[in-house]
Amino acid sequence: MNYLNQIRTLVWKDLTSELRTKEMLSSMLIFAFLTTVVFSFAFDPDSETVKKVFPGIIWVAFIFAGILGLNRSFLSEKSNDCIMGLMLCTTDRGIIYLGKMISNLIFMYIMEAVTLPILFVLFDYRLKGSLLYLILIVALGTWGFIAIGTFLSALAVNTRNSEILLPIILFPLIVPLLIAAVQATGVILGGGVWADWSNWLRILTAFAVIFTVVPWLLFDYLLEV
Amino acid sequence: MFNKILGWLTFIITMTALYLVFMWVPNERIMGPVQKIFYFHVSSAWIGFFAFLVVFIAGLAYLFTRDNKWDTIGVSSAQIGVMFTTIVLITGPIWAKPSWNTWWTWDPRLTTTLVLWFLYLAYLMIRSSIHEEEKKARFSAIFGIIAFIDVPIVWFSIRWWRTIHPVVVDSSGFAMSPKMFTTLMVSLLAFTFLYFYLLTNTMKLEKMRAEVAGLKERLRNS
Amino acid sequence: MLTAQNITKTIGTKTILHNIDLHIKEGEFITVFGPNGAGKSTLLKILSLLMKPSTGTLTINGSSANQESSKTRSQIGVISHQSFLYDNLTAYENLEFYGRMYQVDNLRDRIYDVLKEVGLEYSLNDPVRNFSRGMLQRLAIARATLHQPAILFLDEPYTGLDQQAIDILNSVLRNLNIKDRTVFMITHNFEQGLDLSDRVLIIKKGRLAYEGAAPGLTPGQMKEIYLNTVGGLTP
Repeated sequence: MNYLNQIRTLVWKDLTSELRTKEMLSSMLIFAFLTTVVFSFAFDPDSETVKKVFPGIIWVAFIFAGILGLNRSFLSEKSNDCIMGLMLCTTDRGIIYLGKMISNLIFMYIMEAVTLPILFVLFDYRLKGSLLYLILIVALGTWGFIAIGTFLSALAVNTRNSEILLPIILFPLIVPLLIAAVQATGVILGGGVWADWSNWLRILTAFAVIFTVVPWLLFDYLLEV
Repeated sequence: MFNKILGWLTFIITMTALYLVFMWVPNERIMGPVQKIFYFHVSSAWIGFFAFLVVFIAGLAYLFTRDNKWDTIGVSSAQIGVMFTTIVLITGPIWAKPSWNTWWTWDPRLTTTLVLWFLYLAYLMIRSSIHEEEKKARFSAIFGIIAFIDVPIVWFSIRWWRTIHPVVVDSSGFAMSPKMFTTLMVSLLAFTFLYFYLLTNTMKLEKMRAEVAGLKERLRNS
Repeated sequence: MLTAQNITKTIGTKTILHNIDLHIKEGEFITVFGPNGAGKSTLLKILSLLMKPSTGTLTINGSSANQESSKTRSQIGVISHQSFLYDNLTAYENLEFYGRMYQVDNLRDRIYDVLKEVGLEYSLNDPVRNFSRGMLQRLAIARATLHQPAILFLDEPYTGLDQQAIDILNSVLRNLNIKDRTVFMITHNFEQGLDLSDRVLIIKKGRLAYEGAAPGLTPGQMKEIYLNTVGGLTP
């Protein structure tokens, strides 16, 4: 019970702090929007081939904007050594990871909820499949990405060149997530049947669960002082 | 002493493997002599994966024991792993070009090796961005564990991805004659010995490096 | 109230602390001096359960100190030269956050109480970002005492403070002592905090090198003892 209360308090703290400045959220939003616009210039939105790579465009925009947010997510804990304060009052340091992950997930969902409609409008894309399934895949894929991303951003923030390091260590790890998310999104956008994307759903679920549990267990080792 | 014996054993087995590859085993009927690169390609890939397993085990062992020996094993194995995966990525296209008429195919094995190569580089990047010895060892151990867990997921996702987009060329290989199989096995053995020989020597080098760093520190403090 | 037995800490190949034995009585104020890199901070981190010792045992109030026990954790408060406060949150929100993490009862009243103690009751809705160094340190004191810890650890609390902030810190510490609170302080500063102390320790190269009673000791005498012990090095 204490566990859940502490996680809730940590998330409340992150949200309150972010809503005061909106630094992270606004830069994520602007960056995702900008990426979308750049893609529309780079690939002609009217051509049929671009419709085929539309799922890829969605996920690249999300992940780039996500990296931007992840790079900032542990900075507030580093200034004034707040992480020490957290380590003093938590009995299990995994709580700090779970709290931060949930906060980051909320920021990502907000960014995606705004960006996704913009993408559909700018690329004049008509959804043939179920919107509910699309939301499910986006939610699950984002969870996996943020789960491993939050952990690695805690690792990277303690190194000399954190902002360059994070994408370099994160991208190879999320290869399976990116493949599965893009493929599943493609099938759903085209109105494909469940059998065509159930395998991808399985990979996304496995990825999200594995990379929530393992970092949670390893976080204690990461935070040692 | 142990190192010397290991060195000689490695030398003898490697020579035997070379003899088998270039003198004993017949050329493949269609591909011709270029197919011989296959023995090095497959053996390097095996060592690439094996070295990654060692990084994973060394990472776990380091976190539990905090013995620097495990960190030395981990970083040495990662360096050797980078070298062998690089060999795979170079020999792959050389073999693919004459046999499939393309430099690169997104074959699951080749693609997984590519991801593996990036993961090794990330491992070494983490090490080079941390000064403190203890933190360096701890963080890279953690990353070694995470990365290894990721590899099977990478493999499955790429395999399913390729079954959706039919592979242009069938990379499942060719019928292997008994002689070819024997040659491959000896090559694998030779590379495994080579790996352990390189590992012991890289570890020695890493230990010397740590010693030098320690001496420099003592000089600075006195 | 706190007993450390045979504490050794090894990081990598370096041994930071060698077999430290220490007993802190209830209500005692202990001040620790020592050159940089002597292991003062490491000892403080181990005693405050931020770090696990390589070997040795730690008991707090008679029971073995367990990092996983929230009851043990709530008996510990730490004031460092870093504030552990969030820049974007207000003073009240920062305290509310820590209070909820420690599950403090009657949190609202308690926050007003501690803010009054450190003289920040009129700044409670200002973001911490706008606070001066002295105000920040006062709020840090409020943060560390909010959950009424039984033992307070001070990690070079005078660093970067102006005279007014030093006076407030001293008066807060003095009041703490009356309430029978136990304090463990590490510092470089011979002028401050010595008159509050009951016992003085000097750590040199990871070992306890000096131990003595503090009352009656002037800063000058302390400095002389220090220089004799560590061998002429300035702190």
